[in-house]
Amino acid sequence: MFRTLSLSALAALAFTAGAATAQEHETAAIHDVDFSFEGPFGAFDENQLQRGLKVYTEVCSACHGLRYVPIRTLGDDGGPGLPEDQVRAFSGRFEVFDAALDDMRQATPNDHFPGSALSNAPDLSLMAKSRAAFHGPAGTGINQLLKGIGGPEYITAILTSYTGETREQAGVTYYENTAFSTGWIAMPPPLAGEDLEFDDGHSNELHHEAEDVAAFLMWAAEPKMMARKHAGLVAVIFLVLLSVLLYLTNKRIWKPVKYKTKSV
Amino acid sequence: MAGIPHDHYEPKSGPEKWVHSRLPIIGLLYDTIMIPTPKNLNWMWIWGIILTFCLAMQIVTGIVLVMHYTPHVDMAFASVEHIMRDVNGGFMLRYLHANGASLFFLAVYLHIFRGLYYGSYKAPREITWIVGMIIYLLMMATGFMGYVLPWGQMSFWGATVITGLFGAIPWIGESLQTWLLGGPAVDNATLNRFFSLHYLLPFVIAGLVAVHIWAFHSTGNNNPTGVEVRRTSKEDAAKDTLPFWPYFVLKDLFALAVILAVFFAIVGFMPNYLGHPDNYIEANPLATPAHIVPEWYFLPFYAILRAFTADVWLVQFLHWLTGGIVDAKFFGVLAMFGAIAVMALVPWLDTSRTRSGRYRPMFKWWFALLALDFVILMWVGAQTPTNLTGWISLIAAAYWFGYFLVILPLLGVIEKPTTPPATIEDDFEAHYGGKSHPAE
Repeated sequence: MFRTLSLSALAALAFTAGAATAQEHETAAIHDVDFSFEGPFGAFDENQLQRGLKVYTEVCSACHGLRYVPIRTLGDDGGPGLPEDQVRAFSGRFEVFDAALDDMRQATPNDHFPGSALSNAPDLSLMAKSRAAFHGPAGTGINQLLKGIGGPEYITAILTSYTGETREQAGVTYYENTAFSTGWIAMPPPLAGEDLEFDDGHSNELHHEAEDVAAFLMWAAEPKMMARKHAGLVAVIFLVLLSVLLYLTNKRIWKPVKYKTKSV
Repeated sequence: MAGIPHDHYEPKSGPEKWVHSRLPIIGLLYDTIMIPTPKNLNWMWIWGIILTFCLAMQIVTGIVLVMHYTPHVDMAFASVEHIMRDVNGGFMLRYLHANGASLFFLAVYLHIFRGLYYGSYKAPREITWIVGMIIYLLMMATGFMGYVLPWGQMSFWGATVITGLFGAIPWIGESLQTWLLGGPAVDNATLNRFFSLHYLLPFVIAGLVAVHIWAFHSTGNNNPTGVEVRRTSKEDAAKDTLPFWPYFVLKDLFALAVILAVFFAIVGFMPNYLGHPDNYIEANPLATPAHIVPEWYFLPFYAILRAFTADVWLVQFLHWLTGGIVDAKFFGVLAMFGAIAVMALVPWLDTSRTRSGRYRPMFKWWFALLALDFVILMWVGAQTPTNLTGWISLIAAAYWFGYFLVILPLLGVIEKPTTPPATIEDDFEAHYGGKSHPAE
C-alpha cells in the first residue's frame, strides 16, 4: 500500500508543481525548440550565445535592459566566452550612471548592462526564467518534465508569432501576436529576418535570430547553468555509488538477523 | 530514560567516569543511539531521518545565504540575483535551499500519512503526534515566510493573500493583519519581520524535534503491526528489537543516499520546476499576477480554503445562524485551519482499539481514499477556479473532514479487525523465517 502511496505522492508532486508554474499564459501552442543546453548533458553553444548577444545588442537593447547581468560575465566559462579584450571593447558601447561622479561615464566590464531605456520595456535579465510554456496535459504541467519549463521557447514564440495585424486603443498601437497571453502586444515586431549579418556566417532567417537571442537570454537568466549541471551530475554519480555501498553494507549487517546465519 | 528494558551506558575508563558523574551526556547519547527499535520496521520508517537531514540542510544553507542576502524591499530581489551570479557556489546554495523546502514537505507528508495508516498517533503516543503537528505548523509558517524573502511577484502577492486571511477574522481581523504586516500593506516592515522569524523558527523546530524524539523514545517506536515491544524482561525485549545503531542507522542512511541522488538530480537539472516563474519578476504592488498560486505543499489546504464559497448551503446557514459574523471568507479560513486541527485531534477521534491499519479491513480503503483525496486537493488547489473545480474541491474538502470526524469514530464501532501477530518477533519470523539462506 505504501509503495503505491509514495508513488502517487511523487506523481502528485510532479503535476501539481507543474500546474503551479503553468498558469499565466493560456495561449496558442508554443513549439518545443531543441536547444543545445537542454537535458542533463546539454551545454550552451558558445557561437549561438555570441550571435544572440549580437541580436540583443543591435536590436533588443534599443529599448530593453539587462540590469542584473555584469558585463564581465560575457567572458566567463559556460557563457558566450568572449576574450578579455573583446569584453572590454564591448563594455565601451554603454554609458552608465556613476554615483561617485554624479554623472554618466563609459561602462567598464565590472559594470552591469544598462537597464531598460523605455519605461514600459521589461528588463530581460530573467525573462527566460519568468515565462513558461508547455502547461499540458490538462493543466498538469507534466510536459515540462520532458520539454523543460519553456522560457526560451516562449521568447522564440513571441518573436516569431506576429501576424502583421495592428489595432489602436487609447492612442497605443497593439500588434497581434498569437503567442502573447492577450493576443495583442505593445511591442512592435522587433525582428523581421535578415536584420543583421552574423560573424560566423550562420543563417539569419527570422526563426534562427529568434532562437539565438532566446538562447542568449537563457544564459543571461541562468549564467551558472553549466556549473550547476556539472555539480548535479557529480553529486548524482557519487550518491549512486554511496547508495550501492550502503545497500551492500545494510544487507550484510541485517543478514544474520533475518536468516539466523552465524556470520557472513 | 524509561521505556523498553535494555542495557544502559556504563562508564568504564577513569575519564569516562569523571565526565559521567558530572554530566551524563555520553550516557544520554549512548542510550539515544542504542535505543531498542522494533526489528520489523518497513521502509516507511525512514522519513524521520530524511526530515532531520532536511532541517540540518535548510539551517546550514540558510545561514550562508543570509550572509549575502539583504532584507530590504529595494535590494532583496537584486541580492538574490547577486547570490545566483556572484557568490561562489551561491546558485547551488539557493537551489538546495529552495528545493530543500520541497523535499522537507514531501518527507513530512509521507511521514504523517505513515503515522495515519499505522496508527502511530494512538495511545500512548499522543504527545509525539501533537508535537509533530506543531512542528508541521511551524514548518508551514517558516516555508511561507521564506518564500516571501526573494521579493518576487509570487512572494509579494502570496504574502498579501495569506496575511489577508487573518483580516477575515471578525472584529479583530483588520487590526491583527496590520499588526502582522507592520503596516496597512505588505511592505518593508513585513519583509523584515518575516526575515527575522524565518531565521528564528527553524531553531524552535529543532527544539521541538528533540522533544518529538524524546517522546517516542519514551514510548518506543510504533511498528507496522502496531503490537508493542514486550517489556517483561530484557531478553523478551531483545527478541522484538534491535539497537538503532547500526541496524537502522545504516538502513536509513541507505534510503537517504537514494533520495538525495534524486534530489540532486532535480537541483542540478531542473531546479526551477517546482517554483513559479512569476517569482523571477520583482515584486510590484501595482501589478497583480493573473493567478496567485501558493507553493505545492500548501495546495491541499489552499483548496480547502477556496472550497467553501458563498453559494454553499452550509456557509449560508452559518452566515444566517451567526447573524453575518461568519461569512464565506471567514468560513474558508476556519475550514483551512480546521482541516489541520482535525488531523491533530485524530488520537481522540479514532475509536478503534486496533492500532495498525494492516489489520483493519475497512479502514484500509477509507485511508487509501484519504490519500487520494489529498492528491486531488493538491491538484485542484493549483487550478483556476471553475464550476467543475469548485465542485471537486468541495467534495474533496468534505471527505477530508468526513474521514476524521465521521468515518474514524464510526469505524472503531462497526469494523471487525483481523488479529495482529502476538509479538513483533512472530511478524518478523513470518516474513524472514520461512526463507532458508543458501549456504555460502
